[in-house]
Amino acid sequence: MNTLLSARDVGKTYGRRVGCENVSFDLHAGEVLAIVGESGSGKTTLLKCLSGNLQASSGEVTYAMRDGRNVNLASLSEAERRLLMRTDWGFVHQDAREGLRMGVSAGANVGERLMAVGARHYGRIRDQSEDWLSRVEISKDRMDESPWAYSGGMRQRLQIARNLVTSPRLIFMDEPTGGLDVSVQARLLDLIRGLVRKFNLAAIVVTHDLAVARLLSSRMMVMQQGRVIETGLTDQVLEDPQAPYTQLLVSSVLQV
Amino acid sequence: MNAPNYNFAYLNEQTKRMIRRAILKAVAIPGYQVPFASREMPMPYGWGTGGVQVTAAILTPDDTLKVIDQGADDTTNAVSIRKFFVKTSGVATTEKTEDATIIQTRHRIPETPLTENQILVFQVPIPEPLRFLEPRETETRKMHALEEYGVMHVKLYEDIAQYGQIATTYAYPAKVADRYVFDPSPIPKFDNPKLNDCPALQLFGAGREKRIYAVPPFTKVKSLDFEDHPFEVQTWDLPCSICGAHGSFLDEIVTDDKGGRMFVCSDTDFCAKHQDANS
Repeated sequence: MNTLLSARDVGKTYGRRVGCENVSFDLHAGEVLAIVGESGSGKTTLLKCLSGNLQASSGEVTYAMRDGRNVNLASLSEAERRLLMRTDWGFVHQDAREGLRMGVSAGANVGERLMAVGARHYGRIRDQSEDWLSRVEISKDRMDESPWAYSGGMRQRLQIARNLVTSPRLIFMDEPTGGLDVSVQARLLDLIRGLVRKFNLAAIVVTHDLAVARLLSSRMMVMQQGRVIETGLTDQVLEDPQAPYTQLLVSSVLQV
Repeated sequence: MNAPNYNFAYLNEQTKRMIRRAILKAVAIPGYQVPFASREMPMPYGWGTGGVQVTAAILTPDDTLKVIDQGADDTTNAVSIRKFFVKTSGVATTEKTEDATIIQTRHRIPETPLTENQILVFQVPIPEPLRFLEPRETETRKMHALEEYGVMHVKLYEDIAQYGQIATTYAYPAKVADRYVFDPSPIPKFDNPKLNDCPALQLFGAGREKRIYAVPPFTKVKSLDFEDHPFEVQTWDLPCSICGAHGSFLDEIVTDDKGGRMFVCSDTDFCAKHQDANS
């Protein structure tokens, strides 16, 4: 398998406070990696460093571009990085309002990326938006509504459609199911899992919810106080946690 | 000149120099918004303080000035700005488009084609075409720098999705010299085609927002559109009720409270000339 994204000793410090440190891993094409840990453990900081939204203090992240080059993300110009962000990558925010353009309709939200890469044919943009909205189970007659009129779950699905329309190869998700009620969560997870399989997407999912990690990811990393304390196949880590903190985490899951 | 207490054209020479430098830069980079140290002018923001400063900086004693507001020479804004320059510079003024060397305008480009010997100065309220889509100035500057203009089409997309056509009728965004997307001030989109390949120098001044930009003579200006929804200008079924001209930009005037209305040329000079030709 070819490595898509590779992190080496990535660290981020805020003055003397450590955000995350010494994180190394390889992500293969089509693989889903979950980063779990409690609040403040450095998950989101790490995700931002990996996606280039935050400059890492140490270490490097390399990415296999579509043309086969392996580039160090820190060496990309801002223009290249922004192009990568809106073509080959996607970013699903916990709060859909951060990831969506709330002032324009759902259809325009999905079409925006197409227009950003040069699509100038209204009919075709609209067809593609419609197609993607139907894939995330948003009906055609709600296409011209503003996301303000959408429920939390719909906004999250819209965000996913908006990100996937340019067929990215890697998608970053920061607590994609945070703030949704359980039944909506389940449907959303089901949808994400289907899409990830279908399009052979690689994904890095940050979550504090072990159930999300179990459902979506093939591999997981457990973080505590900015360090990775355990990595492995998701089932293996969850069935047989080695680190004391992971054991605590696994045993804290409520059983119904 | 009847107000010797003022420097020629109101502004002091250092200020004019600063504005001229901004204008030179703007001409060198067509469509790019050049920041400048906009001065307080003896009129409120929104009344053309940007345009007035640009005009003051380029005015010479030999110039003939025309000032229009919505195409008309005789509305408040036009009259007071014309008076201001008569008082502070003593230059000749005219209402005839072809006689003017500098035309300061609010919201219109004259119907009479401009020539190489003329400069058109626009008063601009909001120079940033991306403003309503992206409120952060740091971000809009970055978008201009990286030519990230996809979002401009999002606005047009939204128009078509909501109204079935591009409903933007004024301040219609256009791309200058294949590079910068700019806001041609709130002129009706009817006037957008006149921006393209215009022999006259076109200067844009925004006083409150402190920006100057320019379209040099004979520069390509292309209004944004979609392949299947091409750019179109407004048309009217009837000619001007006063002069009978076809193909000029018409204003709707309500004549009574029983639904009576008439459509007349917004360019008063053009309309008057057409009436003379008819009589």
